[in-house]
Amino acid sequence: MKNIPISALIGLFFTALYFLGAIFAPLLAPYGVGEVVGDVWEPSSADYLLGTDNIGRDLLSRMIYGGRTTIFIATAATVLSFTLGSVLGFFAAVMGGWIDQALSRFVDLVMSIPTLIFALVVLSVAPVTIPMLILVMGLLDATRVYRLARAVAVDIEVMDYVEAARLRGEKTAWIIFREILPNALSPLIAEMGLRFIFAVLFVSTLSFLGLGVQPPEADWGGIVKENKEGIVYGIPAALIPAFAIATLAISVNLVADWVLNRTTSLKGGRG
Amino acid sequence: MSPIVKLLAQRIALSLLLLLLISIVIFAGTIVLPGDVAQSILGQSATPEALANLRAELGVNDPPVQRYFAWLFGAMQGDLGTALTSGQDIAQALSSRFWNTLFLAFWAAVVAVPLAIFLGLLAVRFKDRWPDKMISAVTLASISIPEFLIGYVLMYFIAVKLRWFPSVAMVNDNMGLFEKLNAIALPIAVLTLVVLAHMMRMTRAAILNVMQSAYIETAELKGLNAFQVIYRHAFPNAIAPIVNVVMLNLAYLVVGVVVIEVVFVYPGMGQYLVDHVSKRDVPVVQACGLIFAAVYIGLNMIADIVAILSNPRLRHPK
Repeated sequence: MKNIPISALIGLFFTALYFLGAIFAPLLAPYGVGEVVGDVWEPSSADYLLGTDNIGRDLLSRMIYGGRTTIFIATAATVLSFTLGSVLGFFAAVMGGWIDQALSRFVDLVMSIPTLIFALVVLSVAPVTIPMLILVMGLLDATRVYRLARAVAVDIEVMDYVEAARLRGEKTAWIIFREILPNALSPLIAEMGLRFIFAVLFVSTLSFLGLGVQPPEADWGGIVKENKEGIVYGIPAALIPAFAIATLAISVNLVADWVLNRTTSLKGGRG
Repeated sequence: MSPIVKLLAQRIALSLLLLLLISIVIFAGTIVLPGDVAQSILGQSATPEALANLRAELGVNDPPVQRYFAWLFGAMQGDLGTALTSGQDIAQALSSRFWNTLFLAFWAAVVAVPLAIFLGLLAVRFKDRWPDKMISAVTLASISIPEFLIGYVLMYFIAVKLRWFPSVAMVNDNMGLFEKLNAIALPIAVLTLVVLAHMMRMTRAAILNVMQSAYIETAELKGLNAFQVIYRHAFPNAIAPIVNVVMLNLAYLVVGVVVIEVVFVYPGMGQYLVDHVSKRDVPVVQACGLIFAAVYIGLNMIADIVAILSNPRLRHPK
């Protein structure tokens, strides 16, 4: 733990803060999520630390509950994309041949459509619910994870210890989970941070467009949508989620950078 | 046939195949999914008769393969069908919006590309010193904020507080070029910020990669000055990766406009798409999805073609 650079420590601290805030939201929020407590767009005061929103709800409470929704959806989508993407990627690398070809070409196809456009096409028909959002985001993101996992696993797959495991007569599942996974973990964890940020940005974008989390449920993108009219009158309520998203994203980025640097320096890369 | 023509033909054929497959995916994506389209358009309280009528109108009763081909051949002839919600002809509604979107993306590219390459070169020139560090800090910040929030931050400070530019980007055909540019100044600024970070980082990486290779060292050792090294040896080899970066980001730009158009109420294709996704107007969504995907694939294809053409090993086969 001594060798953690200061930037990564800051990143870890703020990431932990946001996650704790998400977990203990009901304890931390001074008011209920849908509770109308004051006038429209009140400035910040001792009662309402961040002021109130477009229909007089406490903005701080909504930010805390909103963070909970955003972080929950992003985490669930990341877990889904990682499980699916890395297992399939390792599987393709280990099996090779037509299985690898079929999976890789399919992933190429999905990746050649912009993610947002694909998600919009799907959400125009599918019901917009939180499980559906997680599913769509997780599946679309799994293609990116698949690419990385496969590339990493192809390098590991030719190692002597994998060969040894094969000759020992181990099954495919053993090779994937006991030989490849432990050695591929570092780059995957760094990637996981980036994917998580991407998921946060993505779910915020969808909610902002009115196609993500539906009211009265709060989330950071939705808070921007609800308060965007205030911008023109000089009320900065809609900018508060910007600050939250940016600090969360930068914190996770700092941690991911550190994990990634640690792995490349282990390999002794040049420059 | 020279190998380069063959490569180009292959690449173009691949794009067409990809586009065909994508049209299948977009079409299938809206049928296979759970949920009845007619039901989701009319809502839970719809009568069975209304549902049956709408289904017949949508052609949901025909076999999917037949519907797909009808849709595809229509789209190839410029007939994108009619919008369910307004009954308008989609191709007609899209044509002016399509040009508006391209107009916005074009001017954003005009600003962003030279700026990104210049800043990328600057970062290489001052590698690991403060300009490089500052540039990478700013890029880290700008990729950490979603584009719609960058939009509102700029709108709040520049349009509302400083009143330099209008906060909504209304354009119409009667406006002159300069008026239009003034109206879209803020969206251009946001789009530039969004793609700048990525484009610059990749330019920096591409040039650094070239500068570290052995022939650059040789050129330096045989006494060429810095300008000659860059112009004669580094630039020809860096052009392919840089063009690649630029094209990838232009492709990203075309998608990025979707959100920015909604923020600035710009009458483009992205706003049209988002509007109709929430109204569950499937034909419009399919048409827009297909066009966005086609532009995206087209730009990616151009990137690959430039990479092939600028590769000296392919241009001068042994």
